[in-house]
Amino acid sequence: MATLDDKHKSYGMGMHTEQLKGRSLSTFFSVDEESSNFTYPDAFQVDIDKKTELDVKDMEATEINLKVRALMKEGYGHIVIKNPLAKHSLCVGILNRLKLEFEGSLGYFGCGLIDGPNITVKGRVGWSCAENMMSGTLVVEKNAGSTFGAAIRGGDLVCKGDVGSRTGIDQKGGTIIVGGNTGAFSGFMMQRGRMIVLGDAGINLGDSMYDGTIFIGGKIASCGVDAVPGEMTDIEAQWMERKLALYGMKAPNGVSKMQKIVAGKQLWNYDNLEPHEKKIVL
Amino acid sequence: MCGIAGIIHRGKSGDVGREMTSMLKALKHRGPDSTGFALYGTPVAKEHIIRFKVAEQEDLAKGFHIHKDIEDRKATVDERMRGLGVDILAEEAVTEYAFRYRVKYDGDMRRLADFIEDVEGAEILSIGEALELVKDLGDADVVSQQYDLGGFIGTHGIGHTRMATESDVDIRSAHPYWAYPFKDVAVVHNGQLTNYWNGRRALEHRGHRFMSNCDSELIAVYLADKMDQGIDLKQAMTDSLTELDGVFTYVVTTADKLGMAKDTMAAKPMVLYEDDETVVLASEEAAIRSIFPHEIDTFDPYEGEVRVWQL
Repeated sequence: MATLDDKHKSYGMGMHTEQLKGRSLSTFFSVDEESSNFTYPDAFQVDIDKKTELDVKDMEATEINLKVRALMKEGYGHIVIKNPLAKHSLCVGILNRLKLEFEGSLGYFGCGLIDGPNITVKGRVGWSCAENMMSGTLVVEKNAGSTFGAAIRGGDLVCKGDVGSRTGIDQKGGTIIVGGNTGAFSGFMMQRGRMIVLGDAGINLGDSMYDGTIFIGGKIASCGVDAVPGEMTDIEAQWMERKLALYGMKAPNGVSKMQKIVAGKQLWNYDNLEPHEKKIVL
Repeated sequence: MCGIAGIIHRGKSGDVGREMTSMLKALKHRGPDSTGFALYGTPVAKEHIIRFKVAEQEDLAKGFHIHKDIEDRKATVDERMRGLGVDILAEEAVTEYAFRYRVKYDGDMRRLADFIEDVEGAEILSIGEALELVKDLGDADVVSQQYDLGGFIGTHGIGHTRMATESDVDIRSAHPYWAYPFKDVAVVHNGQLTNYWNGRRALEHRGHRFMSNCDSELIAVYLADKMDQGIDLKQAMTDSLTELDGVFTYVVTTADKLGMAKDTMAAKPMVLYEDDETVVLASEEAAIRSIFPHEIDTFDPYEGEVRVWQL
């Protein structure tokens, strides 16, 4: 999780530039609300150097998730999951510092609702991976299904291959990085955060986005409603270079050639009126 | 939410009965109401396989005369087949109400189907040289055992686990759907069609028949109508992306092809695995893993994508 110094550094670099104009957005999404060094009161005290392996071939999802919790309670801070066999809902709700490795693929809703762990998946992930992720990192070595990183609020979510449709739908923060292509409606109703796609984007990119930034390295099939091109700054280009390098990735044509998409902010919510107030005005 | 799956072995036969049973078993949670298989065996020259039923499973629990009614209906079907010049080579009562006939017939398939389905309770499940379409209430294990599909050897197949949302829980609303009156064509679908009634009325005006109120049947009849007009399978599937309204991913098979189409919203899942010998697709990767337990590379086809594979 970010330290106070890191936060100041990011502010100094001008990374917090979102203009949250609507009253609802201002109320619910203050950039100052993020806490530093936050830990949950019932978080397990784990030792990152204490490693164990768990073969889940013949286990159900609930049994697996309870076992991972039990291992953290025993102090294991490094868990390797063998034979996940694309099972659904594995390792959801981990609110702890933890190094977690999957030697295989995940099914739907893998690693959702996490806050803090560093996860690598050596295979593919199904729909809705890391939904509502709050912090930490999750790196997928192969492809991902649709709604990758739906509603994430923080952390780095990385897929080195292609992802399906509606990537980062309702994204509220954090960074989503895609090494390949992304499908239709990526960034749909995005509210904050950043999305980097090194390949192509499908139709209706950033449809109805409120805020946040999308960077696309390849072709954009079409932009959605109120998604418009923005001008890339040097700070953003430097940030992307560093961010991609963290995960051993590189923009094929250089980050400066990438297209930046932002919200046009012409939708109803940007007049600073709540819907019921707007009715009165009209 | 329903589960769909398919497999094609390129240039050879495989254990498709066991493979499809295994995949559909892994998709049971997506639809426990009924399970169906469309499997393609090795065709025998000038022979056809007709799968039909003369009652619903639930009919067996109704009335005192159903068993006698079933016998009478089957006898009428036999009489009508012979009347049309069908040479029945072998017949098998797979269940009390479902039958498999091996026949020789080179007449009009539509006329044959219409004449049989005119018998009360009768429905042709499939007619084909290679296609064998089986569907019934229950999960994959139950249906596979009931119809003895575990040892079925063939080149390709598709299957479906159904969660009934738009129509009844019965065999006539179960998938796959045979693309009446085209031999060897079957369809499975996951999704909802919102222009079902408009589409159905238009096709009925063109002389096609519908056996259920299930929206998925529209896809089978729609494709059959397109092919009847001389449009090839891939083009017919591409046309369906704009002419069928709603959210859908469907899989279709012919005697020598397997195809998939995903609507432009990509609201329904599909995972694919492809190598030089085999193509496998399913609503969830867990189904593919049930027959490929080792690590493989899978991917999701994108919105508006149509793919067709040849044997």
